[in-house]
Amino acid sequence: MTDLTKLGVAAIRSGVANGDFTAVEVATAFNANVAAAKVLNAFIVETPEKAIDAAKAVDADRAAGKLLGKMAGVPIGMKDLFATEGVQTTAASHILEGFLPTYESTVSANLWKAGAGMLGKLNLDQFAMGSSNETSYFGNVISPWRRNDGGNAALAPGGSSGGSSTAIAARLCPAATGTDTGGSIRQPAAFVGISGIKPTYGRCSRWGIVAFASSLDQAGPMARDVRDCAIMLEAMAGFDPKDSTSLDLPVPEWEAGLSGDLRGKKVGIPREYRLDGIDEDIAKMWDNGIAWLKDAGAEVVDISLPHTKYALPAYYIIAPAEASSNLARYDGVRYGLRDLPDGAGLQDMYAATRAAGFGAEVRRRIMIGTYVLSAGFYDAYYTQAQKVRALIARDFENAWAQCDLILAPTAPSAAFGLGEKTSDPLSMYLNDVFAVPASLAGLPAMSVPGGLDKQGLPLGLQIVGKALDEQGVLNAGLAIEERAGFTAEAEKWW
Amino acid sequence: MTESTYRIQGATGEWEVVIGLEVHAQVTSNAKLFSGASAAYGGEPNSHVSLVDAAMPGMLPVPNRECIRQAVRTGMAINAQINKWSRFDRKNYFYADLPQGYQISQLYHPLVGEGAIEVTLDEKDPDSLTRSIGIERIHVEQDAGKLMHDQHPTMSYVDLNRSGVALMEIVSRPDMRSPAEAGAYVKKLRSILRYVGSCDGNMEEGSMRADVNVSVRKPGGELGTRTETKNVNSIRFVMQAIEVEARRQVDLIEDGGTVVQETRLFDPNKMETRSMRSKEDAHDYRYFPDPDLLPLDLDDAFLEECRASLPELPDAKRARYENELGLTAYNAAVLTAEAETAFWFEDLLGHGVDPKQGSNWLLSELFGALNKLGKSLDESPVSPAQAAELLKLIADGTISGSIAKLVFEIMLETAAQGNMKGAAAIVEEKGLKQTSDTGAIEAVIAEILAANPGQLEQYRGGKEQLFGFFVGQTMKAMQGKANPGVVNELLKKALSS
Repeated sequence: MTDLTKLGVAAIRSGVANGDFTAVEVATAFNANVAAAKVLNAFIVETPEKAIDAAKAVDADRAAGKLLGKMAGVPIGMKDLFATEGVQTTAASHILEGFLPTYESTVSANLWKAGAGMLGKLNLDQFAMGSSNETSYFGNVISPWRRNDGGNAALAPGGSSGGSSTAIAARLCPAATGTDTGGSIRQPAAFVGISGIKPTYGRCSRWGIVAFASSLDQAGPMARDVRDCAIMLEAMAGFDPKDSTSLDLPVPEWEAGLSGDLRGKKVGIPREYRLDGIDEDIAKMWDNGIAWLKDAGAEVVDISLPHTKYALPAYYIIAPAEASSNLARYDGVRYGLRDLPDGAGLQDMYAATRAAGFGAEVRRRIMIGTYVLSAGFYDAYYTQAQKVRALIARDFENAWAQCDLILAPTAPSAAFGLGEKTSDPLSMYLNDVFAVPASLAGLPAMSVPGGLDKQGLPLGLQIVGKALDEQGVLNAGLAIEERAGFTAEAEKWW
Repeated sequence: MTESTYRIQGATGEWEVVIGLEVHAQVTSNAKLFSGASAAYGGEPNSHVSLVDAAMPGMLPVPNRECIRQAVRTGMAINAQINKWSRFDRKNYFYADLPQGYQISQLYHPLVGEGAIEVTLDEKDPDSLTRSIGIERIHVEQDAGKLMHDQHPTMSYVDLNRSGVALMEIVSRPDMRSPAEAGAYVKKLRSILRYVGSCDGNMEEGSMRADVNVSVRKPGGELGTRTETKNVNSIRFVMQAIEVEARRQVDLIEDGGTVVQETRLFDPNKMETRSMRSKEDAHDYRYFPDPDLLPLDLDDAFLEECRASLPELPDAKRARYENELGLTAYNAAVLTAEAETAFWFEDLLGHGVDPKQGSNWLLSELFGALNKLGKSLDESPVSPAQAAELLKLIADGTISGSIAKLVFEIMLETAAQGNMKGAAAIVEEKGLKQTSDTGAIEAVIAEILAANPGQLEQYRGGKEQLFGFFVGQTMKAMQGKANPGVVNELLKKALSS
């Protein structure tokens, strides 16, 4: 029998539907891989019984001849930013350690309804703040990848969805949820050689997702290939009246619409993304991507996104500003950690609880956010950043006059070693430089594997599309996937 | 409009007081502003709390359209500018009664802009001064929860039932110049809110409370520094708080001190205001647009529906009562001052009662009776339909006005016993129908004239005031049941013959 954990979403779904194997067999196989990979620290909580229960239900439905859902029989990992009823939900923070929601996030509920099962809650950067999964209270996630230099340096799986990326790359799950605020799906996907898409802002409900920066947060799938992403995104997306920013639009049939034929499509190459001193492997991969898209029939045009260099500074004002307010609810009063020193009053309790509960990066961003919203600084920072955000969005609008899609690298480098950037937050933040503009503009954007660098580490190509044109993004991703021939895998060492 | 002459006497002369009010009015709605939880008053602590109200992780606010609609209707009722585009902002501060760590409010783009209301100092006095008080804005925001400090020796308890309930903050211009004007303003505002049905105006239950901004100056001089006295919860307290705070400021200034901009509390027991916190330790609320909510974009159809659903408002109603129904200015003013009175009165007219007869009866007989019973019009034992039955018996000559008083008394008595009898039934049962039988009346008149020869002689000698005496005697002899018009007519004839 084939190793079921080698299969992706589409293959598992059809195998279960055809009776080639049962959903329980699939769940059992992945549960075993999860249990054997604790050293990667991808999961904060493992829920093997949930995976089995969901699989049993799918097998029973199949036996009863019932119609099976889009994700029937597919066990997945759930980023621990999604509230899951009765299962600890922490956002990888001490302040929520032990928190058991009485409710289920809309996106996870949609996935269970579609027949998926939960293998466990995936590690992440604390409150999704980070690009390397090093800010988790529950420890670093380690990438399954290693450099081909013979050294054993532990590499970052990217962040914030680092548990998701590692779990998929190490075949602990065929797919996982991610959330993307400023690249948190795309950058980790690029770091481990998988695919991931951040849909248009509003496609997936934010209800039940622990908030980082409300105007930017967007859930999306991470999986082995483009088709799996399309399937899973269909299951996740949809209008939710409980989220005012949710888009009241039908969910397109992205899987059915997949086509790698890009004839008639124009792909823009933004000159501002070709930074001075760009990594030569990255530059080469980008050129390859251009060639592949041309080969798929697309016309490639040079475009300009003139305000690109202001995107990162604007992002690091807006996101912390929103976060400083969103995280005010973690105060020790109603749930989560409470640190109440002897004789302490309310203010002391707040200070003690939040100092003990939040990690250093979270505290840093809360302070940045509090500062930029303060009286006297608001206009200089927050208002200015919002203006920049509008200009970034306008850059894209102008670009759409010339092209249908944009191709760029996902990140400026391959995965770096754990600890290499932790002492320098700015260089860490720079990792998001290519990802952030699409986030600020709310546009769909995807990362697909584009090749390996000299050290044998995966690199990602990013496709950005017009608002609501996930189909165009997925199709370009598919065209690259069909031509890149990316089959590299991390050699199992764990 | 005449300028107010209210002055505070200080050692250095007269001082003028300048007042602006921020009234917080709870929006009448079944559910809270951003959650489906009940907005009802009371209930066991924490029994009206949704996941959103408790600010659980990942919860999101969704605007309740009814609350927006009520605020828009309120804005229309004060002729204010309705902003078709408005937005919610977060006001950030930490407190245990504020689960989100921020209040969702509207600082930068409120739902309702400039408006004004006409305030009559004494609405029962048709010649009373009226002033137009400017309204700067109305914005919509969330209420906070409540802390209970008396439940545990060392801990405070939190009740989130009110957390997230919709409030309208109605901000006036500093247009008021006396406690009486401020009181009349709050009263008029409350009346409008009740007419519109956007707030029950119940100050005891906290559905309406005011932050009172007060400063003093030499008449017509530069504006002084203001203080803000928070959460004053009755009209009387609003007036008292202004009085004592203005006095405090005058005394302070005249003693060489300076008024500091600060938040204060009014203590009605000690009749003083106390400092809560000064501007120096005021919060930096870090307002910014709430990223969980899209801007409110109201379409014309929605605004049209809001406008169409507005009832006739007190000023318009009052004018119509005077001009079209021919009521006295006093009656029109009293009937329209409170929505419940006007609605009761119109219900009465709906049963075919003549406006003048109805208004006189309502204001004298019914209000008199309710006063004695200590009841409000809402609790009236007699419904408009039952009152109409009584009034129609007078109008069609079945009973006289004086018999009607008796019948009404019996109605109230039987109501108190739990089984009210209708007016017609009482008249029937007690044989109170008045007679227009000229033969019977003439016979009684003849008897009265014969029994009072002295008065008859005086009358015929020119003392015509005695006519009333003969009417009274005749009515008395007929136990009030004679038709007064017929009695008058027959008496005149008999006396002049």
